[in-house]
Amino acid sequence: MSAAAPLRRSLVTPTTLVLAALVVIGFYFLALRLIYGLGAVTNLNSGYPWGIWVDVDIFIGTALGCGGFSMAILVYAFNGTAYHPLIRPALLGGLFGYTLGGLAAFTDLGRWWQAYNVLLPWHWQPNSAMFEVALCLLAYTAVLWIEFVPIILERFKWLALKRFLERWMFLFIALGILLPLMHQSSFGSVLLSMGPKLSPLWFTVWLPLLFVLSAILMGYAVVMFEATVVTHAFDLPSEHALISKLSKVVGWVALVWLVIRWADLLNRGVVNLAFAGDLKASMFWIENALFLAAVLIFLTPGGRASQRASFLGAVALLAGAVLYRLDALMIGDTPVGNWSYFPSVPELMVTIGIIALEILLYLVFIKLFPVLEGPSQSDMASA
Amino acid sequence: MTELSRRQLLTNGCVGVAVTATPTEAFAIARPPKEISPDAVGMLYDSTLCIGCKACVAACKTANEMPVEIPPDLSNWNEHTWDSAEDLSGRTLNVIKVYRNGTAEKKDREIDGFAFVKRHCLHCVDPSCVSVCPVGAMRKDPVTGVVSHDPDACIGCRYCVYACPFGVPQYDFNNPFGKIAKCQFCRHLLKDGKVPACCDVCPTGASLFGNVKDLEQETARRLSATPGTPYQFPRGRLGDNRPPNPATIPSYVKAIYGEHEGGGTQVRYIAGVPFPRLGLPTVPSQAPAALSEGVQHTIYQWLIAPIIAFAGLALLVRRRVNRAEGDAEPKSKGDRP
Repeated sequence: MSAAAPLRRSLVTPTTLVLAALVVIGFYFLALRLIYGLGAVTNLNSGYPWGIWVDVDIFIGTALGCGGFSMAILVYAFNGTAYHPLIRPALLGGLFGYTLGGLAAFTDLGRWWQAYNVLLPWHWQPNSAMFEVALCLLAYTAVLWIEFVPIILERFKWLALKRFLERWMFLFIALGILLPLMHQSSFGSVLLSMGPKLSPLWFTVWLPLLFVLSAILMGYAVVMFEATVVTHAFDLPSEHALISKLSKVVGWVALVWLVIRWADLLNRGVVNLAFAGDLKASMFWIENALFLAAVLIFLTPGGRASQRASFLGAVALLAGAVLYRLDALMIGDTPVGNWSYFPSVPELMVTIGIIALEILLYLVFIKLFPVLEGPSQSDMASA
Repeated sequence: MTELSRRQLLTNGCVGVAVTATPTEAFAIARPPKEISPDAVGMLYDSTLCIGCKACVAACKTANEMPVEIPPDLSNWNEHTWDSAEDLSGRTLNVIKVYRNGTAEKKDREIDGFAFVKRHCLHCVDPSCVSVCPVGAMRKDPVTGVVSHDPDACIGCRYCVYACPFGVPQYDFNNPFGKIAKCQFCRHLLKDGKVPACCDVCPTGASLFGNVKDLEQETARRLSATPGTPYQFPRGRLGDNRPPNPATIPSYVKAIYGEHEGGGTQVRYIAGVPFPRLGLPTVPSQAPAALSEGVQHTIYQWLIAPIIAFAGLALLVRRRVNRAEGDAEPKSKGDRP
């Protein structure tokens, strides 16, 4: 059914070796964290109890893993069957984005040995957006693995089992759209409890909508980014025709996001805060400028036609959406008391190590399993 | 006093508070506010009575078996004999801070004066920490209203630390098995009919324990009395027959901190200088939890929306998959090995 095939390339390359080294360093510091505590490795404090492990590895990392979710919306809900070749790589990116986001969440927990309490119904506290996020995230990670199983079965030619699984796959594809809609919006709801501590430039009842829409955008941007990088790196046929078509959709969604964001800011009459000249205001403008740049590139025929411009558009959109999350979670926040936070080097190395592991596993999997379309038939025959 | 006057963070800190004060914005989607229990217990902290002796800080450590805390920069001359916590932390549940301005000549004066403030949990009527905790480790007693914490349920996500509008719950980052620390109003003592350690030990009645209703009347009496008139300030528990502290009514700022902040709290403050000067954060009267729960309940009521969405998506996806397979069927035969 699919034209995808494993990429016949060596697993050991300079890139994978560097990534592996970063993973080892990251996990060394992660081990120190478990032995000596969060304070020994991180710069976390009472004013900033959530640092980059929460903000980048979970809130941003899982949104970067939304490629599979975003493409599923397009392919299944809007009948964009042409985009089918982009689904498997997007799914694979999401698989590791979420699995390792979950790992990061676990090691960030101050009382990780009691983490299973989230699964015990007598501890459930459904008023908490965090509770919704935790359960939904676990469920969606499981769904991603189930969605990936047919690709593994295809590799080993267990086609009877694959056909059986595919008969029920529609349920998991539907869950794979529903669950991210739920938890990516709940990531926004998590911030609704911040009340006066979060600047009105970010604090709004529309946080859940803005978060889920920006997650969808990040999903598309990652797919565009990844397709361009991978086809270049491995000399595969260009996906630009599809990317260009996709970027028009993305441009419109990004425009809708900006309109909601600004209509709400104007409606609440807080735009004056954007002219306060402080760090919050600067970050606000950078974030919005990046979104606007992406919209301008994606909604002009010239921008879409140029491979370079649409790649830059994807990068701008990614940067803007990453910054939006970072601003809403940390920079837009004013803790009670005089606190400041900047991640320590070991803390950064853990986050870098986790991102490196995501990329490493991605590279290994596209070489082991039929994820990418395009490798020539002779490659497949020799497999 | 060296240790207290060395600290100027309050004067710096309140500048930040003043600039970022949010306009009081009430959101219509919020669920209705919570009512205070008629039997709620609370505390009145009168900053003008506080002499900064920190007997309450020491008594709290003893009563709750919390370790002594000595900041690294004070450890050279302080040989672990003097608990010198500078702020709330994973090891300190209550703390006395000082506001200083200019020459700091006169107590309870905003300009060229100084004042004390005690910081600990305010036991909100509608607590954010209880609302945000994913595993129900934070609970509010339905009768006394005391907000308690269960470390055996806690997973250490620190959402309570992140969300509390008063900056109260603290995680002990320096311990691999760190816990969340917060004042639980000495609920182990309350159970035996005793008074929270800080109120029990306070020599001037600056920290006064009692039923919130009675404390409200006491607060109103003090605020309405003419400055300079003699007054018998009760000590320990309001209504007990301990000898009071005879003094005169100071000139209060005519406001009560905690009456409305964050949906109201069971600990109230009155003072001679404005509350932001004391480092008490400006918090709108709508409880943050009322808004976040209002939104969550709207989206997730009875799980109706997610269930309908799932059914719709499943049907849609099934139709698409079937159609795609129908198209692919003739071709797919050749695919098979």
